[in-house]
Amino acid sequence: MTLNLVQAAYIVAAVLFVLSLAGLSKHESAKEGNAFGVTGMALALAATVWGVLDRSAHPLTTFLLIAVAMAVGGAIGLWRARVVEMTQMPELVAMLHSFVGLAAVLVGINSFLTEGDGADAVHSVEVFLGVFIGAVTFTGSIVAFLKLSARIKSSPLMLPARHWLNLAALVVSAGLLVWFVQSHSIIPLLVMTVIALAFGWHLVASIGGGDMPVVVSMLNSYSGWAAAAAGFMLGNDLLIVTGALVGSSGAILSYIMCTAMNRSFFSVIAGGFGQEVSVGDDKDYGEHRETIAADVAELLRDASTVVITPGYGMAVAQAQYPVAELTSQLRKKGVNVRFGIHPVAGRLPGHMNVLLAEAKVPYDIVLEMDEINGDLSDTDVVLVIGANDTVNPSAAEDPGSPIAGMPVLEVWKARNVVVFKRSMATGYAGVQNPLFFKENSQMLFGDAKERVEDIIKAL
Amino acid sequence: MLIGVPAESKPGETRVAATPKTVGQLLGLGYDVVIERGAGSLASFSDEAYAAAGATVVDGAQAWASDLVLKVNAPDDAEIALLRPGSLLASLVSPALNPSLVSSLTAAGVTALAMDAVPRISRAQSLDVLSSMANIGGYRAVIEAAHEFGSLFTGQVTAAGKVPPAKVLVVGAGVAGLAAIGTASSLGAIVRAFDARAEVGEQVESMGAQFLRIDVEDEGPSATGYAKEMGEDFNAKAAALYAEQAKDVDIVITTALIPGRPAPRLLTEEMVASMKPGSVVVDMAAASGGNVAGSVADQLVTTANGVRIIGYTDLPGRLPTQASQLFGTNLVNLLKLLTPGKDGRVVLDLEDVVQRGMTVCRDGQTLWPPPPVQVSAAPPAAAAAPVAPKPEPKPRDPRRKYVLMALAAVLFALVAGGSPSDFLGHFTVFALAVIVGFYVISNVAHALHTPLMAETNAISGIILVGGLLQVDSDDAVVKVLALLAITVASINIFGGFAVTGRMLQMFRKD
Repeated sequence: MTLNLVQAAYIVAAVLFVLSLAGLSKHESAKEGNAFGVTGMALALAATVWGVLDRSAHPLTTFLLIAVAMAVGGAIGLWRARVVEMTQMPELVAMLHSFVGLAAVLVGINSFLTEGDGADAVHSVEVFLGVFIGAVTFTGSIVAFLKLSARIKSSPLMLPARHWLNLAALVVSAGLLVWFVQSHSIIPLLVMTVIALAFGWHLVASIGGGDMPVVVSMLNSYSGWAAAAAGFMLGNDLLIVTGALVGSSGAILSYIMCTAMNRSFFSVIAGGFGQEVSVGDDKDYGEHRETIAADVAELLRDASTVVITPGYGMAVAQAQYPVAELTSQLRKKGVNVRFGIHPVAGRLPGHMNVLLAEAKVPYDIVLEMDEINGDLSDTDVVLVIGANDTVNPSAAEDPGSPIAGMPVLEVWKARNVVVFKRSMATGYAGVQNPLFFKENSQMLFGDAKERVEDIIKAL
Repeated sequence: MLIGVPAESKPGETRVAATPKTVGQLLGLGYDVVIERGAGSLASFSDEAYAAAGATVVDGAQAWASDLVLKVNAPDDAEIALLRPGSLLASLVSPALNPSLVSSLTAAGVTALAMDAVPRISRAQSLDVLSSMANIGGYRAVIEAAHEFGSLFTGQVTAAGKVPPAKVLVVGAGVAGLAAIGTASSLGAIVRAFDARAEVGEQVESMGAQFLRIDVEDEGPSATGYAKEMGEDFNAKAAALYAEQAKDVDIVITTALIPGRPAPRLLTEEMVASMKPGSVVVDMAAASGGNVAGSVADQLVTTANGVRIIGYTDLPGRLPTQASQLFGTNLVNLLKLLTPGKDGRVVLDLEDVVQRGMTVCRDGQTLWPPPPVQVSAAPPAAAAAPVAPKPEPKPRDPRRKYVLMALAAVLFALVAGGSPSDFLGHFTVFALAVIVGFYVISNVAHALHTPLMAETNAISGIILVGGLLQVDSDDAVVKVLALLAITVASINIFGGFAVTGRMLQMFRKD
């Protein structure tokens, strides 16, 4: 009876998770989707706790233990979610992934400890894979977190023969799997865990900061596979369904993003992109033209259409609030202001949308690259705020460029382009940007937030 | 340094080279400004307004004796005599058409900057008076035509019958032509336009007009950004086009000018004669000979068949207030360029293509004509190296895919054969869930990527269930590990859902 009810709750929860992800695909249904997710999770957890207590010898102790552990974790989680700055969202998400990885490792080792000796080969493989994926997710997410929060350098780590190192880690792990299945010893499991931790670390460390959006999304997918693996070892269908949902949706999301960057999925995951970057070419691009905030204000006042293309620099400078203020002022004057968002702007897919939404920019004027590119030639002024590689004409014009073929926002077709930038340094891809030297571009140097505030004052 | 703004002496000139607003900007650059009494009266700027802006109102001779003299029209000989040697003059000069004026300016020892010789590069647009004047000239041309035209521009259906819309043909889609197109279409007319430069078709269409094309080999854009004279074949075909259009349209506005040359003759007498009575032709090139047979500079001519040909050459001057403001702003932009220190001291940099291009003479030396400037409007002359056509990738044999699928199925069957049956049950669920995940996500709105990721992240905290199932173990190690797993997974679940909710709260629609 109890088992049936628990199973029924699991099925309802799984359906709610599917509805939740489907709901989050559209603005209109997004909040509803989140509510479905919360309900599904609450239902699944309640059912599981009930099932556990029902079979438990000491229900009260067990319940208290669970309650304390969840209360501690929940409090930490809610506190982080409440205080996080929207600009630090990528770091938070990466950090949260690492917890799933860690939990998967713990559950996997536990599963071995509880029924290690009597387990059949299939179960051993499940445990082994679950721990492996969990460990890779754990360290990989930590590195991603450190890179995104600029605690370690974001440039790719270039160990000699790094592809061979990765391959060796996989081969050794496969060998350990055979040992583990035959011996049921904990030693190969622990050795493999260490190798997998190092493997996850190295895998993400050798991917450059510019590819972090894809990496975060991939880690999301891994955390799903880790949950699914745990489901197999515990024979729990809810874990399998949910893990597979998260795993496949994360993978397809990463794939969508790679397509947007015109990059091979495999080369991003294997950390191959960095090696093709040729930094510091000596080509003479001519001189750039500098401008001041008052002149930009003048330009904006006379414009009838303005497009703003934000990038990571806007997030760094926390400039989304002044940008939103500028937008609403210009809109009050009857200027048609829109935003053009490159699919990989920022350090997380949709990062810019979240920041603009935080600053209360209505989402119907925030357009995607494909929607806005056709209109750019009829635009009076484009403000490039902290974006660089995503507006680089050499992607379209120079077949030898490392970013050749990547679709970019074609801002140079507008009548005037104002580039907000701290200096003339290159972007993440390490490529010089000929946009800055075009005759219709002007550079506005300095902190993006202060400069935008100056423009608002001048208006 | 002192800037002098004398009154214009050319008969019929209504404009003035500075307005109270630009005076303020000139003072901001560190200059002192004197203005001749009454200089702005025809443009509705009073002496008091200038004085209030910070200028000193003086006599003509005093204005002429300044360090810098700003004018609209070129000075005549008597006025050149008033200029101090070594002073700087900025005005219209037309150096290519007025060699005698250039030589007398050179002889006077002044530095003369021709406002109508600004190179057509983007950076110099802000000081190009040809462009700013052509813009209001084009507007005014339509207004003049509407004034003479005996019908409405816009089509209407009224209780008293139907009003047909006027048909307007604009020849020459430069700045003036585009302004005329925009004005005429905003009045409701059907606008067609033609230009020898096929590449401006897009701009014409963007202003709301139909671009007429003729079938001729492309001769490429000119190196100066202005139109150039065209070949025989082209002219014959264009003439046929004009002849055909003349019979159909009500209004023709011609703006074809080639710098330094007489205006090309576009409409012949026969074409004008073929137009409907009451039609109006505005010849914006009347000053340099006219595009239309029968047009007389500065006059309105009515032909035998009742077609009115407007040859006014002072179209911008017919909007004196705005024309003066734009001209004055062009001059301010010139002085911004010449005053890098904003300290009221002119630094003329002949290395700069813009300043070099405008400088007609300096210190008794004639510097006209300047070396040619390649403008950005033209594509680079060297054609890109022909790209070797990539060999089409061979379409994969579709059978291969099916063979692979079959192989995978067989392989899986072998694995499954050796597995316990409950594994297969779980695997069924797994495979279906993967496919559901794939389809649910495939068309997610880009803006929602981050909330979606946070949500899937929260959901992947379901691993907590694994910890819960193990917490009841009697083994202390297992218990501790399970509790740890529960704690970290809880961080994930609570944090993930809370942050997703927070993000979604922010998305809103106007």
